[in-house]
Amino acid sequence: MTGMNGGVLDEDLIAGMRDVTPLMLGIVPFALVAGIAAVDAGLTLAEAVGLSVIVFAGASQLAAIDLLGSNAPLAVVIGTAVVINLRMMMYSASIAPYFADYARRTRAGLAYLLTDQAYALSIAEYERNDDRSRWRYYLGAAASLWVVWQIGTVVGVVVGAGVPDAWGLTFAVPLVFLALLVPAMKDRPTTAAGIIGGAIAVVAGGLPLNLGLLVGALCGIAAGMATEVTAS
Amino acid sequence: MTGGVGAVVSDPRVWVAIVVIGAFTYGIRLSFIHLFGRIDEVPSGVKRPLRYVPPAVLAALVLPDLVTVGPSVAATLFDERLIAGLVAGAVAWRTENVFATIAAGMGALWLLRFVVLA
Repeated sequence: MTGMNGGVLDEDLIAGMRDVTPLMLGIVPFALVAGIAAVDAGLTLAEAVGLSVIVFAGASQLAAIDLLGSNAPLAVVIGTAVVINLRMMMYSASIAPYFADYARRTRAGLAYLLTDQAYALSIAEYERNDDRSRWRYYLGAAASLWVVWQIGTVVGVVVGAGVPDAWGLTFAVPLVFLALLVPAMKDRPTTAAGIIGGAIAVVAGGLPLNLGLLVGALCGIAAGMATEVTAS
Repeated sequence: MTGGVGAVVSDPRVWVAIVVIGAFTYGIRLSFIHLFGRIDEVPSGVKRPLRYVPPAVLAALVLPDLVTVGPSVAATLFDERLIAGLVAGAVAWRTENVFATIAAGMGALWLLRFVVLA
């Protein structure tokens, strides 16, 4: 394991692992749901795990699973998932200065593990504590999330296959998003983005090619920007 | 969620989607981490819309799963998913906790489905 120094786990690595632990309470059910939703949509275990390893981004995985399960065109599946993941460009830009001194290959590896949680924890720690090894702290948090995400997906696939449909376990999918949506609507423009995005997605639900989600999201983004202009 | 178990098993589209989404997503993650030094600041034309991606996308994911426009206003409102979603939304707002939100929403759904409406 990276960060082993003379048989002792590196202090910075452990700090990252320790700080990420409380967040696992949210990650474990999310990962389980990713597995349950995958099996419900007819994905195989290999496909569910492939999605979690190769994409490794929960919200986009769930959207892709939903669209694949309802036979949406491939371009819509991909376009929707990519729009959902665009937010990580902000994280990439924000964390880039802290990784600037590392070799290109190190940065390439660290980028793969970038998630909402790893980003938020690391940025907070970098601003608070200048002595931390940045990559070790980040790796401790981000790799822990990765491991838990993969195990959770597999358990979700196994559990999901055994639970009767009447229990409606896939209802946990919108519930996970709801838990993330509420704190994301923190001021007027972001609230407008959420209300318009959601309303348009409902109304556009009947659009061909399952374009409702994508159209709703784009309208919501436009509404947020318009509200920002009006407010200022 | 449509499509029962087995609907898309070994559909080659699934792996194409996984690989292409994965490649784009990695590109997004790597973008500024890779370019830093050449582009130090996110252009404001990129930054502004990005700020609204999370609420817009999350709401567009959630609401169609909670609201099914029915033949009448009453049919639309008295929907077990919408009621359970409102309960979960209130819990999310109070606690900002994923686990508590799922527990409240699933509990409300099961109560409505197996007790109240059974």
